Amino acid sequence: MHIMEGFLPLIWVIIWFALSMPFVLYGIIEMRKLFKEHPEQKMILAVSGAFIFVLSSLKLPSVTGSSSHPTGTGLSSVLFGPSITSVMATIVLIFQAVLLAHGGLTTLGANVFSMGIAGPFVGWLAFKGMRKAKVGMTPSIFVAAVLADWATYVVTSIQLALAYPGASILSSFAAFATVFAITQVPLAIGEGILIAIFFDFLASSRPKMVATILKEKAGMATPESIGVAQ
Amino acid sequence: MSSMTKNKLLIYLTGVAALVLLFALPFALKPGAGFGGADDSAGEVIESLSPGYQPWFSSLWEPPAETESMLFALQAAIGAVVIGYFVGYIRGSSN
Repeated sequence: MHIMEGFLPLIWVIIWFALSMPFVLYGIIEMRKLFKEHPEQKMILAVSGAFIFVLSSLKLPSVTGSSSHPTGTGLSSVLFGPSITSVMATIVLIFQAVLLAHGGLTTLGANVFSMGIAGPFVGWLAFKGMRKAKVGMTPSIFVAAVLADWATYVVTSIQLALAYPGASILSSFAAFATVFAITQVPLAIGEGILIAIFFDFLASSRPKMVATILKEKAGMATPESIGVAQ
Repeated sequence: MSSMTKNKLLIYLTGVAALVLLFALPFALKPGAGFGGADDSAGEVIESLSPGYQPWFSSLWEPPAETESMLFALQAAIGAVVIGYFVGYIRGSSN
């Protein structure tokens, strides 16, 4: 899903860098604050970053015949919000651009925007909305992870369509979205299942900490009340 | 309590089975489809929309195919080690 090296015209390189940069910088500030105020949460932060590492490295084939990979940003988006997630996604994307020739340095801004900012933001928003609507914890996590993945690819398609409008931006968007979105449907669902299972484990073994991170009432933190294992 | 954990185990197993099925299905439906990569198909779409486009910057370093697989595996391994450590830590500290 990463836009390949050199495949964005210079003007778009600049635009996406300019849009992503403040967000990532804000994320770094937030992360330092978290380290200072809640050092005990460091390990959960590390583990949600690890999910991005593992899942974004798994190239899996799909029925459409092309392969693609999940983003893994769901867990960290839900727990720590999009700004901190954008920092971790940036680390992964630099790793892949420099060592794997996957994605690229010139397209880093655009890729950070889709995978690190837009996707996590959509997932986080969906999660908050569903929790407000009293949807159970595990289903909310599942949906958030799936949407974070899909949104990433939708945004990538928009980015490519803007750079290569062809006949019209819409038809170009449709062309790119077909390449990505269809491939991504089963992947995102798989990602959602995996992250929901892991969250379930996390919430039942560290209910208090999860509740603190999510800033929900401590009373809600028993495994039963957050909808785990029912 | 024990019936609850059993239930949970069942849910976990169903989830994992669904996962395996989801990712095994493409191999069954389209054997030999290969790992073309959606990124590359996107490259083809660009080619058709804007014929003659030359990427103006290429990767500083492109690993040979096998090294690339190794590095992808390394990336997954780094993440997996952290997750494994975390799960082990939680298990150990709750006893």
